[in-house]
Amino acid sequence: MLNPDSVGRTFEGADSITVTQSEIDAFAAVIGETDTTIAPPTFSIRISLEQSQSILSDPTIGLDWTRVVHGDQKFEIFTPLKAGDTFTCSSTIESYRVAAGNEIVTVRSDLKSGSSVALSSWSTLVVRA
Amino acid sequence: MVNIGGAGMIEVGTQLPERIFTVNRALLKAYADASGDQNPIHQNEEFAISVGLPNVIAHGMLTMALVGKFVTDWAGGAEKVTHYGARFVKPVIVPSGVDVDLTVSAVVSAIDQESVTVDLTATSAGVKVLGMAKATVLR
Repeated sequence: MLNPDSVGRTFEGADSITVTQSEIDAFAAVIGETDTTIAPPTFSIRISLEQSQSILSDPTIGLDWTRVVHGDQKFEIFTPLKAGDTFTCSSTIESYRVAAGNEIVTVRSDLKSGSSVALSSWSTLVVRA
Repeated sequence: MVNIGGAGMIEVGTQLPERIFTVNRALLKAYADASGDQNPIHQNEEFAISVGLPNVIAHGMLTMALVGKFVTDWAGGAEKVTHYGARFVKPVIVPSGVDVDLTVSAVVSAIDQESVTVDLTATSAGVKVLGMAKATVLR
């Protein structure tokens, strides 16, 4: 079970992340995209989901990542991502509830360049009972 | 009526042409490598069945990435997309050795001064796989 004290908390990613052209190329190739000057709209999931996993599976937070399925996903893109962009990623546990034994957690991830947010995304994750 | 991305004149209610993407195990492996999501439910049949799934399933985010490609092709580029969201209502089931379809269509649901919103439909083997799927793109 998720530690209830963690709901509402924001976790600042320690490391800055630089988007590389080869990462964009690989992601674009899967969906048949040949224009790789701008990352595909869902590319940032690469960054945000890894960070959410590392935060939520920390023993002090207590989510069982092996039982997680993705419930829904939303992106709000202020500045499209491209190779060479450097971001920090902060993640906020926005909501948590238990329904029919399943835990339902929504995490917001903000990709920030300095103080400006380039992209916010919301992942709702369901931990199956 | 507005003209968008070279795609022609549209208004609320305009249907976008349906498009069919092919999904198979090789694509799931490629997406796992490109996204970093190596969850075995997307690659290992024995494991997927052991956790109660009917077979290997596609990453929900692979489905969203392909539907996103439908949107960006229509809108005239990835830089046009400002909002994109969906609920994963049913999995795309991907048995070994076969190609399954991801069939995508959309209807224009809103137009304002700056942007156009489309409601997206995605099915596989006739089953709706995304719910509440919407994207907003700049005009």
